[in-house]
Amino acid sequence: MTRPAVRIRDVHKSFGSTEVLKGIDLSVPKGSTTCLLGPSGSGKSTLLRCIAFLEETTSGLIEIDGDPLGFADPGGGRSRTRLSAGDIRRVRAKIGMVFQQFNLWPHMTALGNVTEALVTVQGMKRQAANEIGNQQLARVGLSDRGHHYPSELSGGQQQRVAIARALALSPDILLFDEPTASLDPELTGEVLNVMRELAETGMTLVIVTHEIGFAASVGQKIAFLDHGKLLLDGPPAEIFGTPRHPRLEQFLETYLDRGAATLV
Amino acid sequence: MSIDFSIVWQQLPQILSAFWNTIWIWIVATILAVLLGFVVAALRRYGPLWLNLLLRLYVEVIRGTPFLIQLFLLYFGGPFIGLSLEPIPAGLIGMTIYGSAYFSEIFRAGFAAIPPGHVEAAECVGLSRGQIVRRILVPEMAMLVLPQLVNMAIILMKETAILSIITVPELTLVVGAIGSQQYAFVEAMTMLALFYWALVEISGWLGRLAEKKLSKFRFAV
Repeated sequence: MTRPAVRIRDVHKSFGSTEVLKGIDLSVPKGSTTCLLGPSGSGKSTLLRCIAFLEETTSGLIEIDGDPLGFADPGGGRSRTRLSAGDIRRVRAKIGMVFQQFNLWPHMTALGNVTEALVTVQGMKRQAANEIGNQQLARVGLSDRGHHYPSELSGGQQQRVAIARALALSPDILLFDEPTASLDPELTGEVLNVMRELAETGMTLVIVTHEIGFAASVGQKIAFLDHGKLLLDGPPAEIFGTPRHPRLEQFLETYLDRGAATLV
Repeated sequence: MSIDFSIVWQQLPQILSAFWNTIWIWIVATILAVLLGFVVAALRRYGPLWLNLLLRLYVEVIRGTPFLIQLFLLYFGGPFIGLSLEPIPAGLIGMTIYGSAYFSEIFRAGFAAIPPGHVEAAECVGLSRGQIVRRILVPEMAMLVLPQLVNMAIILMKETAILSIITVPELTLVVGAIGSQQYAFVEAMTMLALFYWALVEISGWLGRLAEKKLSKFRFAV
């Protein structure tokens, strides 16, 4: 059996005295699209941010393609140890992240955003970096927008630039944190289409989303979180097929307009 | 008695040299104050808590006391603790300290206004801490705080007049002296006001030019 792209073992996360993740176990198969669903406050975004190492878990372990992320298990029942900054950086390099708020750097053009890490982190020559940058912008349908600043682009275009920025570093795993939640409905489609194409290329995607219809059609695996616990985990046919878990049923009712109508 | 500007005008070489002193002292002190202010703001944000509290005290004291008093203390009080300064160095140091407290507050607000997600996005693509400061924070902040920086620089321009009190040979001291020697106070003071106003207009115009150049980077919502 091949190693999973992401393996999460008994992960807990607390902010102060509030426990947001209460022992999550989940594995993300390589080359698959996994969608994390759940009501607001269920912990799905926090879980994704832990996988990106933007948040540090309180306990438990996360492995990226077999390599421990941030903390390692020394074995023999002893408590986990923190890895060196170099090890953390090396494992994090396998992960790309796309945010709800795009988070493009406003003082750089679209091409500048996409090529920044290639030049600054990898030390690539400007010309070679631009070549890669233009390829990635073309991949998200924005080859004519390279010299525009974020403020000159629509929300959907900005999010596609953000996807190109993550793709430029050829990550093994791409994480999406509610990528369409701050977009107008008419701009949502163009971003979902890019994500659908990425899923078809066999890239490993982990997506936190409220787009139920998209999750049901593109996701190969659905993880449903509620109150910091993983309630359901399986292929969409199984999760959305009847009879459904009553908590999921209730959740779907509130998202009828997000493509859940076809499921309910 | 009538208004006669030629009395003052005859002293033009002296006035031009004073004008030049005002300009270079202002520019050098402003640059130093901006740099010191940035360091203070960065240390307050990223340094240990005790340093933050100490620097906060520094900022509060400097902002809470008149520039005139600070300058007096530095120039006349300095020798008591073995710090004897010539007028120009004293003026430069005094202005730098005074300006840095205000600039640090501008930068502090600037740091707070940068969305944390912009830093997270940089972390995610592997930028180091130093690279994040250089490539993301400083340029983003520059465009956020530029109007306030220009504003403060203009205030400092006018504050250079106070340096006359510790005998820095700048515009106010020199033109004021000409006025009292020639009994031409109104002419001298009118001329002074015109000089400062011209300088303020020019620096304001330069500031607007810079803002215009940066305006296309404005934050997208």
